Amino acid sequence: MEKKLTLAELLRMLEDFEVIELEDVTIHGDIGLEFGGTTGMSLPPALTHALQTLLSGGAVPRAFEAQRAQELIPASFKVARAEWTGKVEEVTIGATAADGGTRERTVTLGGEHALPFYRFDAPMPHPPVISLDCFDMPISLAKAVRVYYEDVMEDPGAWAKKNVQEFGAELVTIHLISTDPMLKDTPAREAAKTVEEVLQAVKVPLIIGGSGNPEKDPAVLEAAAEAAAGERCLIASANLNMDYERVAQAAMKYGHVILSWTQLDINAQKTLNRYLFKLGVPREAIVIDPTTAALGYGLDYAFTNIERMRIAALKGDTDLAFPISCGITNAWGAREAWMKDSPLKEDSTWGPAALRGPLYELVTGSTLALAGGDLFMMMHPTAAAAVKRVTQQLFGSAAEAGKGHGVALEDWLTWDGGGARQ
Amino acid sequence: MKLSSPMEIWKYLPGTNCGICDEKTCLAFASLLKERKKVVEACTPLFTEEKYAEKSKQLVALLAPEIREIEFGVGATARRMGGEDVMHRHELTFFNRTLLAYDVWDTLDEVTLRERVQHLSSWRKFYVGEFLTIDAIAVRAVSGDPQRFAGCVKQVAAATDLPLVLCSFEPKVLEAGLREVAATNPLLYAATSTNWRAVLELARTYDVPVTLFSPDLDTLMSLARTFSTAGHAKLVLDPGTAPLGAGLAETFTKLVQLRRAGIAEGTKEVAYPLLVVPMTAWLLQDDTGAGLDASYWEAVLATIGIIKYADIMIMHSIEPHALIVERTLAANIYTDPRRPVSVEPGLRAIGTPTAESPLFLTTNFALTYYTVESDLSSNKIDSYLLVVDTEGIGVEASVAGGQLTADRIKETMDSIKVETTVTNRTLVIPGLAARLSGELEDVTGWTVLVGPRDSGRLPGWLEEHWPPARSA
Repeated sequence: MEKKLTLAELLRMLEDFEVIELEDVTIHGDIGLEFGGTTGMSLPPALTHALQTLLSGGAVPRAFEAQRAQELIPASFKVARAEWTGKVEEVTIGATAADGGTRERTVTLGGEHALPFYRFDAPMPHPPVISLDCFDMPISLAKAVRVYYEDVMEDPGAWAKKNVQEFGAELVTIHLISTDPMLKDTPAREAAKTVEEVLQAVKVPLIIGGSGNPEKDPAVLEAAAEAAAGERCLIASANLNMDYERVAQAAMKYGHVILSWTQLDINAQKTLNRYLFKLGVPREAIVIDPTTAALGYGLDYAFTNIERMRIAALKGDTDLAFPISCGITNAWGAREAWMKDSPLKEDSTWGPAALRGPLYELVTGSTLALAGGDLFMMMHPTAAAAVKRVTQQLFGSAAEAGKGHGVALEDWLTWDGGGARQ
Repeated sequence: MKLSSPMEIWKYLPGTNCGICDEKTCLAFASLLKERKKVVEACTPLFTEEKYAEKSKQLVALLAPEIREIEFGVGATARRMGGEDVMHRHELTFFNRTLLAYDVWDTLDEVTLRERVQHLSSWRKFYVGEFLTIDAIAVRAVSGDPQRFAGCVKQVAAATDLPLVLCSFEPKVLEAGLREVAATNPLLYAATSTNWRAVLELARTYDVPVTLFSPDLDTLMSLARTFSTAGHAKLVLDPGTAPLGAGLAETFTKLVQLRRAGIAEGTKEVAYPLLVVPMTAWLLQDDTGAGLDASYWEAVLATIGIIKYADIMIMHSIEPHALIVERTLAANIYTDPRRPVSVEPGLRAIGTPTAESPLFLTTNFALTYYTVESDLSSNKIDSYLLVVDTEGIGVEASVAGGQLTADRIKETMDSIKVETTVTNRTLVIPGLAARLSGELEDVTGWTVLVGPRDSGRLPGWLEEHWPPARSA
């Protein structure tokens, strides 16, 4: 037996169900309802159920009862892929015998045409890589780092070797800081010998850094570039406060890649890159360093600066479409990374510095990897290994893909704390 | 928000330029609404005058953030999640910082539980002019026993004002806990494709926000659609946090895609706050790699969460190194990039200084200034602090970049007539500005002392170097 439903009753019910619009519904004069059409039913199943009950003679359900959903309303999640017109330049560091060098392998950076690890938008051609620092003289280091390098501080070759053999560095950075007139004022020619030593000691691609002294660096980097001719090193760096032309010319003449370094300034980065283009530096020989600031000490500026540069590159700004290098070792500038405890009485204890320091470096590195960094210059072996690890996961490295499968996504909720430290 | 320019917003305003909102014109007010620097309620005529009733209703809906804003907790410690409008912070800013909830569980013994809650509630770290604290406590039902869970929740609630997240997949257990603290508006965790009827009923009955959990995004959206259709839209979405491998990459993908659908594509049914569980790192045992501390991998997962759209996270490691790093990163990423990075230059008195107290120099970069200022006041060092305008750049970089020079320091000293306040004619400069000391003595005629490289070491430095030896 069919029950007649008045329009008012129907409208009230629809209101109860917060239905504002009915699609593909035809209402005939005497209230016959036909649901149909090609776009599918948009009524909640509970309402359909209530309507059916009502129309077949049942009682009019009360609003609250009616709203007690019986079945999940089906849904299909859809999201578009982001398509970018720009592409980051691909840059190779290091040259093997086939290309006139003596490296056993090379490292290729860049080539992205999506945001970092957005592999659902476009494939990511190369994973980020890690270079470990070494210096041409003993330097003052936080204790948590120093313990790893104490035995090699006097010997850059041994230091570089340790970086590769013990800590798995994919590249090594030799910082020629002793050339600084305020330190040892080592002559450029002597510094070049250190470069040769390091090239002998390791077979990974090399990054060569100066002391940061704008007057001295051009001569130092020129001599170093000559000593490493044909090895396709990354020369660090050219910047606007120095004779960058001399550095760039040397890099070109001896077949190296140049690091274009600016300080948290997107326009300065564009300007310097354009100067380098004008000098004839090939696009595939430029890496940029927009400056890394430590967690808690300007990391947000560094993050956004890098993210903006990468987005600009993907949108087609060819001035900025280069792999990005990040000096993650700067994280140790944060006093939380090395100080024994808080100098403020009002703070809760900072806990052991030995645990804080590496974590500052690790989180600074992971953060900038997510912003768009391609190359990470680091120091603490644990932090370096962990940044490598997390970028490998997100990159989709085949060796890592099967890891962690034993953990069901709900397990944490009922985990008993498994002997965890309190 | 759905309006893309101040002009579009202006069309809904009275257009009378009455000034009640403290802005000179309605257009000026409109541009502040666009930047979310003012709330529409500041335009009282819009809400009190009948003729604007329709416009005000429309405007409120159009100005609503793309991601629904959900509140949990009550009173001063209540927290907001979501409310976001952009995919990248430079496009405007992120608004509601990723909330950090640390866990306790109902099989902990009473003493440990009390200590853990106490530690979490009192933890704080000074940072740029304020104390960082944690946001919430997540109570996990490990026992599966409703009574035991209720007892634990009750004990936690008695010991803290922090908002709670109640965690169980068993509706009966969840309800037992909820009954204890329903008035404090806790967040429920979680409704799933199997328990959702009962959890929906609970959330509706007690009118509290609820998390929906499903690693399958169709199911997650289906849950959200079912809940909102049933009239409950205080929702948080958890697509599941895998700690490693392909699962972690999938988690990353889901977070980005959910947020992209919600903000960039206007898919209202997934435009809710997102929940991430970095503590899944603790279930990996030794799988994270040689000797890597689980708290480290948890911090890595937390980094991904903070940067890629988690609005709330459930964490386990409560050791200082983990708390400091995670909470600082959340503060950094959610700092408004439009906020000036500098403070006013000039002379500041710390404590109650006299004319013979030390005078320290620092830059007007906010981070540097607040660090030095707090080091001095926390250690009760009565002194003056000379803040030089370095265009918002820190000491080391401004010495290198030429924003901090002897001449500029002298200008600042002259402009405030510092000699009338400090009569000992001695200036202490940061160790990182040591190279300026000679020239600075020449141009000012003052004695310049080079202080430590970090202002945290000023107390020890003063013991050795203050008061300065008097030359005859």
